[in-house]
Amino acid sequence: MSTVSTAFEKAKAEDRAALVGYLPAGFPDKQTAIKAAVAMAEAGADVIEVGLPYSDPLMDGPVIAGAVHRALAAGVRIKDVFDTVAAVADAGAAAVIMTYWNPVDRYGVDAFSRDLRNAGGAGLITPDLTPEEAGPWLEASDAHSLDRVFLVAPSSPRARVEAITGLCRGFVYAVSLMGITGARAAVSGSAQDVVERIRACTALPAAVGLGVSNGAQARQVAGFADGVIVGSAYVRRIAEAATADEAVAGVRDLTADLAAGVRRG
Amino acid sequence: MPAAEPDISPVPDAAGHFGDYGGLFAPESLMAAIEQLAKEYQAARTDPEFTAELAGLLKNYAARPTLVTEAKRFGAQFAGGARVLLKREDLAHTGSHKINNVLGQVLLTKRMGKTRVIAETGAGQHGVATATACALLGLECVVYMGEEDTRRQALNVSRMRMLGATVVPVTAGTRTLKDAMNEAFRDWVATVDDTHYCIGSVGGPHPFPMMVRDFQRVIGVEARQQVLDQAGRLPDAVVACVGGGSNAIGVFHAFIPDASVRLIGCEAGGDGDGRPERTAATLTLGTPGVLHGMRTYVLQDDEGQTLDTHSISAGLDYPGVGPEHSWLKDTGRAEYRSVSDDEAMAGFAALCKTEGIIPALESSHALAGAMRLGRELGPDALILVNLSGRGDKDVATASAYFGV
Repeated sequence: MSTVSTAFEKAKAEDRAALVGYLPAGFPDKQTAIKAAVAMAEAGADVIEVGLPYSDPLMDGPVIAGAVHRALAAGVRIKDVFDTVAAVADAGAAAVIMTYWNPVDRYGVDAFSRDLRNAGGAGLITPDLTPEEAGPWLEASDAHSLDRVFLVAPSSPRARVEAITGLCRGFVYAVSLMGITGARAAVSGSAQDVVERIRACTALPAAVGLGVSNGAQARQVAGFADGVIVGSAYVRRIAEAATADEAVAGVRDLTADLAAGVRRG
Repeated sequence: MPAAEPDISPVPDAAGHFGDYGGLFAPESLMAAIEQLAKEYQAARTDPEFTAELAGLLKNYAARPTLVTEAKRFGAQFAGGARVLLKREDLAHTGSHKINNVLGQVLLTKRMGKTRVIAETGAGQHGVATATACALLGLECVVYMGEEDTRRQALNVSRMRMLGATVVPVTAGTRTLKDAMNEAFRDWVATVDDTHYCIGSVGGPHPFPMMVRDFQRVIGVEARQQVLDQAGRLPDAVVACVGGGSNAIGVFHAFIPDASVRLIGCEAGGDGDGRPERTAATLTLGTPGVLHGMRTYVLQDDEGQTLDTHSISAGLDYPGVGPEHSWLKDTGRAEYRSVSDDEAMAGFAALCKTEGIIPALESSHALAGAMRLGRELGPDALILVNLSGRGDKDVATASAYFGV
C-alpha cells in the first residue's frame, strides 16, 4: 500500500477528510519551499503535492502561474523538485509530484519514475495527460510501484469517469469546477456531484481540488469528499510574505486552519 | 472541386496521430468538448448542406479561388532566373489564408449551438479572420494576443476592434503567440459550454491539426490545377513559410502524392545570433516534446521547459509546430529550412519593387526561401510560392527596418 493510500486510510479512521496541500518547488526559492512543505507536513497535511514548475501552465490561474514563473526565473531544476519530495517524505507526509507532461516526457518517463521513487515519492498527478496518451506512464508506474492520479471534471461523461478511475491509484482528483486554479468565494455547486459520479465507479478516495482556500470551505468539502486539496491559497500566503520566515509561518497557520476544517463534526 | 484531386493522405489515425506526433494532451475539463467537436466535424465534413454552405462562403465571401500570379521580374532578378509562381492568398478576404479555416470552424460553432468564439493570434491575421467570420455570423468574439504583438501589429488590433471583437492583450511570458495560446486555453476551460476555441494553426489537440488542415488544403488543391494550367507541368518545388504551419500544410497537402515535387518549409531563423532562443526554427533546432495539446517538435531546454523565441515576424514567432509537419520532416517528404530576419526582409523588399506586391513578413520568409532555392536550381526550375498574406500590417516594422 502506498504512502498516499495509507494517509487516506488514516484520515478515514479518524473520521475526517485527508488534507492535501500544494506548493511549487523552488518558490520563492528552493530552501524556503522545502521549509514550507515540511511545515505543512508538521502542521497536519496528509499528502503534499510538490509542483514541478513548467513554462506553460495552462491549467493555472495567475497566482500559481506567477509563482512557477518566478521559480523558473530563479533557476529551479527537476533535481530541486525531487529534493523537495525527499524532505516531505522525511517529514512523514505522503509526497506526490503535480506536473504537466512535457518535463516528464523530456526526462524520460521511466527515469523520472525511478528517481521519484528513490526520492521517496508516491506518485504523480498529471493534469494534461489523457488516459488515451498515458501508455508509457502506466507501464512505468507499474514497474516502479507509483500511484497515478488522473483528474475527473464536471464535464466528464460517465464513460470517461469509468475509464479514468479505472487507471487511477492512490486517489482520484475531482475537479470542482470548470476553470483554472485559484481561490473562489464559494465552493462550487458541482463539486459534490463530481465526487458522487467518481464513487459510482471506484472505491478509491476522491479528493476535491480547485477553489478551496480556507477552513470553512474545507469543512464543507469534507462533508462529502475523502480529501480536500488546497493550492493557490498556500501560494498566495508565500507570495504575500515579507520574509522567508513569515512565508513558512503563513503556511503553518493556514495548514492548522485547514486541518481543523477537514475534521467532521 | 477539380477532378484530378489526389487522395487525401492516410494520416492521422483515429486518435489523431501522425506517426509519433499529434495525439491529444489536454485537461480533462476540455475532453467532452473536444470529443463533441471531433464528432460534429466528422458529421459535417460529409454533410452536403455543410460543405455547400462552406463552399458558397469561400467563393462568394472569401473570393476563392485565389489567383496564381507569375512573378517574372522577381524570378529573373532575385531567384536565379527560375520561373516563380505565387499563390495569392493575400487576395483572399481579410488579406490572408486564415479565412479558409475560420469560415469552416465558425460554421461548426453554429452547428454545435455555441454562441461565443475565442481565438489566439500572433500577427493578428487569424484574429482578424475570426472577428470577421463572427461578425458575419453574429457570434461573440474574443481574441487573445501577446502584448508585444499588439504593439507590432497595431493595424490588426484596430481591425479586430472595428469588427466588434474584444482583443485581450496577454502580458505573460514573452508576450507573443505562445502566451496568447495559453491564455485562450485558460478561457476555454472555464467557458467550454457555450464557447468554441477556434485554433488558427494546424496545432493543438486532435482533431484540430487534421480539421484545420482539411479546411486549408483548398489552397493546394486550387494551386496544383492552376500551375498545371499555366505551366503545363507540376512545379519542381512548393515553398511556404512555417510558424504553426497552416498555410504550408494547406499548400503542401495536395502535392504530397506527387513524389517529384519538393515541399520546402521556411522557418523563422530570427536575428542570426544562432542560439535556438533567438529563432523560431522549431523543426530545424527543436526536439520532440508535448506542447499545447500535441506531441511535436518543440524548442525546449534539457528539462522540457519551452524556450523563448524570436522572429521579426509575429506570425512565425512560436516554439511549436503542427504535428503533421513533424511527421513530414521525419519521413523526409518535406524539407525545412531556416530563414533569417534579414533574408526575409530582403525577400519583402524584392517582391515590393519587382512585382508591386507588399507581402506579409511571414510570407517574406517563403519568398526568401524561393530566392535561395532558385539560385540553387537555376533558370529551368519552376517554383510555387504560397504568398500567405499581404503586408499592410507590417509597413511600420518594415519602415523602421529599412529606415524609410
